[in-house]
Amino acid sequence: MSSTKYILGIFDDPDELMHGIDKLQKNSIPIYDVYTPMPIHGIDAKLGIKDSRLGYAAFMFGCMGGTTIFTLVYYFLAHDWPMNIGGKNFFPIPDFIPVTFEWTVLFASYGMAFTFFFATHLFPGRAPRVMDLRATNDKFVIAIDAKGDVPHEDINTILKEAGAVEVKHNDRKYVSYE
Amino acid sequence: MASHSESIIREPLITGKNITYGQITDDILRPVENMPGKAWWIGFSVASLGALLWVVSISYTFWFGIGSWGLNKTVGWAWDITGFVWWVGIGHAGTLISAVLLLFRQNWRNSINRSAEAMTIFAVICAATYIGAHMGRPWMALYSLPLPNQYGSLWVNFNSPLIWDVFAISTYFSVSLVFWYTGLLPDMASIRDRATGLRRRIYSVASFGWTGSVKTWQRFETVSLILAGLSTPLVLSVHTIVSMDFATSLEPGWHTTIFPPYFVAGAIFSGFAMVQTLLLVTRKVLGLENYITMFHIESMNKIILVTGSVVGVAYITEFFIAYYSGGEYEQYTFLNRFIGPYWWAACMMYGCNVLMTQMMWSKKVRTNIPISWVLSIIVNIGMWFERFVIIVTSLHRDYLPSSWAMFYPTWVDVGVFVGSIGIFFTMFLLFIRVMPSVAIAEVKLLLKSASEQAKKKQIAEGHLEPAHVEFYKDNLIKFDSIDHSEYEKA
Repeated sequence: MSSTKYILGIFDDPDELMHGIDKLQKNSIPIYDVYTPMPIHGIDAKLGIKDSRLGYAAFMFGCMGGTTIFTLVYYFLAHDWPMNIGGKNFFPIPDFIPVTFEWTVLFASYGMAFTFFFATHLFPGRAPRVMDLRATNDKFVIAIDAKGDVPHEDINTILKEAGAVEVKHNDRKYVSYE
Repeated sequence: MASHSESIIREPLITGKNITYGQITDDILRPVENMPGKAWWIGFSVASLGALLWVVSISYTFWFGIGSWGLNKTVGWAWDITGFVWWVGIGHAGTLISAVLLLFRQNWRNSINRSAEAMTIFAVICAATYIGAHMGRPWMALYSLPLPNQYGSLWVNFNSPLIWDVFAISTYFSVSLVFWYTGLLPDMASIRDRATGLRRRIYSVASFGWTGSVKTWQRFETVSLILAGLSTPLVLSVHTIVSMDFATSLEPGWHTTIFPPYFVAGAIFSGFAMVQTLLLVTRKVLGLENYITMFHIESMNKIILVTGSVVGVAYITEFFIAYYSGGEYEQYTFLNRFIGPYWWAACMMYGCNVLMTQMMWSKKVRTNIPISWVLSIIVNIGMWFERFVIIVTSLHRDYLPSSWAMFYPTWVDVGVFVGSIGIFFTMFLLFIRVMPSVAIAEVKLLLKSASEQAKKKQIAEGHLEPAHVEFYKDNLIKFDSIDHSEYEKA
């Protein structure tokens, strides 16, 4: 039993990386994850990652923000202390469009951003779970769980054939904990 | 997909030969990973002296009160609100570039958005200091928030544009900050993975544990797009609301419905001018000519020209409406801009903003770096005078001739203003030292589609319309970062 935990196929070029993903999938080798220095469109579809639902979160937070400030303003100006300003209406709704809009945007932005951080486990101080330090620089990395049934040699060959410039067998899951 | 090639008739967004992904990281991180050069130290020393002046002037203001400013009973707002509106306006370009240009899929934004957003944040901080300072007793700023208090509670008046402004500026600052920082995460991770020791720890905390896995990238792009969609109306709302501070009053010169679009155009105008002022120097000093190209400079100049002309039309409209309204106070205010004692301020305003920017119709001017730089400064001066004219010239002579007065700034007024420029540049210079000044990941996206080398390969492969190739090569002539000898041979 080898001590390898993850096999990494390291590519120089995003197109070859896509090619590598296709080849691995054709050979029914499950891909653990792919790490790239920039967003590469199309990988998410190949790996079966569903579309983000963050838009719904943003919408709901926006509704919450708008409702919150509008309710507060109603409480302040119409209920708690109605102010007589030249005999005008106590609750002139057009005057409250600016603040309602601002809080809608504020809540939607922050709600969505924090949902994103929460759902993808991003927060200050989190130990970065990096498998290869060059994946944020100029290398495109496919990580394959070494526990599968496919012999490691075959995975090496497939990755090399697809254009990987390097194949690494990592004994530790993440290098960045060192 | 990354290999998708762009039409040949578009100018390249990355120039230079044999640029690789690795080289983009190296080039952009050079100022972060190495000790700064002499130019940075000189700039930083001057800027810190300015910042020190700000600390002295603002401390003097807080100690002795705003009586130390040149304000009087007639001119109750002067350099403070002029400075505030000026800075808020400058703070408009960053989010405009990152949000509006993202929605319009303008890829040239990729290499300028980061520093422009940083600039936005610093400019809004400078603006906010004026609001705190002009209250005289800065702790009174608390009462602009709807907090329960011992007077009833007596709540803030949500019918007032000043309260809308509190909400607009604070929301704008907060949303710009989250937009900017989310975009920074992948690039902070790039620094982290190349660093060692304490640096690595610091950037590790700052990058939130970013790894660049497929799912994070996909979610990241969704977040950027939705934030862009939210920020677009937000940008427009902020200066609209700032303008309502004036537009809803009864003061002649302020009592005008054209202010919202006029202020928004002016804000974009001055914001882009400030981006131009900073980036023309930054690209040279940091050696980023291959990423911030002549195409970027020319595009920004075109935006300055368009928004400057919009502002010009707004000025003309304002004069016409003053004439057409038949209101003698309104008419006098506008006449007073030219025949009153502040005629020179109006000349600066109209001359710098409208007349000088019209020079940008000429391509030679738009693609000339020294002239563009000087013009960008002229625009900033002109926009400062615009706010000065709107505020001081309108206030100093209103309905009652017995209360007419002049405004004379004291050294504290000048110190706070010059100092705020120092604060701004100090923050900007620190930013380019510790954070990537260009969005690394976003620039990498362009390498295979919109770079000069990709287009060269496309030309070498043939299959292109020769007329299009000619057009493309003609467009390259203006670029200062391209080796032109190669194209003449072809």
